[in-house]
Amino acid sequence: MKYNLKISCTKSNLPDIRVFVADILEKHSYPEIEAHKLVLAVDEVCANLIIHANNCNPDESLSLSILYNKNKSIIFEITDKGIGFDMNKYKEPTLHELVDSKRKGGLGLMLVKRIMDKIEFKSEKNSNICRLIKLMN
Amino acid sequence: MIEISNTEEENVQILKVIGDVDASSSIHLDSALAEAIEKNKNIIVDLGQLNYISSAGLGVFMSYLKELDANSLKLVLSGLNEKVFHVFEILGLDQLLTIKEDLDKARAELNEV
Repeated sequence: MKYNLKISCTKSNLPDIRVFVADILEKHSYPEIEAHKLVLAVDEVCANLIIHANNCNPDESLSLSILYNKNKSIIFEITDKGIGFDMNKYKEPTLHELVDSKRKGGLGLMLVKRIMDKIEFKSEKNSNICRLIKLMN
Repeated sequence: MIEISNTEEENVQILKVIGDVDASSSIHLDSALAEAIEKNKNIIVDLGQLNYISSAGLGVFMSYLKELDANSLKLVLSGLNEKVFHVFEILGLDQLLTIKEDLDKARAELNEV
């Protein structure tokens, strides 16, 4: 089953993204606590893309597609046309570094990495594609 | 989306957060916590009616830990539902922050010290 959502790049759209993902997972009877984590991971990536890649520009948009492969995997694919993200240049901070620096950011991608089984970022032509993969046991 | 109230008691102030804390609304939690710290009293954040928290909200709590410590103030979070607690647990923040099941236990934690 494949589901699609297209939204403009404003932070006020984040609740709609969460509801969209939560509804699909509930429809497939995905366990509630685990579903909450997947909703969180998608929210984190979308928030990063809206804020950092698209500067909260409402004229830009994000497309989210969810591919639900029963008993195999769930693939969340988020496409945008903003500034691409290079995962190779990302260095995960430690919690103590974050506390010492009094930074409020930096935890989002850490959460996504722990929740998902695989994260891919790639840029092709004018689009950036982020793919989050969760395997089902 | 988010509603925050601050009740001041003799030795503690209680911030009650209702709704969702995400990248859009975390700014309100940030300013409420900054104002509370200025009052120089220990803080309980009642999260019993918090439905959702993302890294933006977690980051707000983390960003004040040094300041709280420097001012010898204590911060206790209370009443987290299971889903919200799991979010703190994923990165081990439940070990870095003081989290109690309910307001009574949060108050007891502050009175013990």
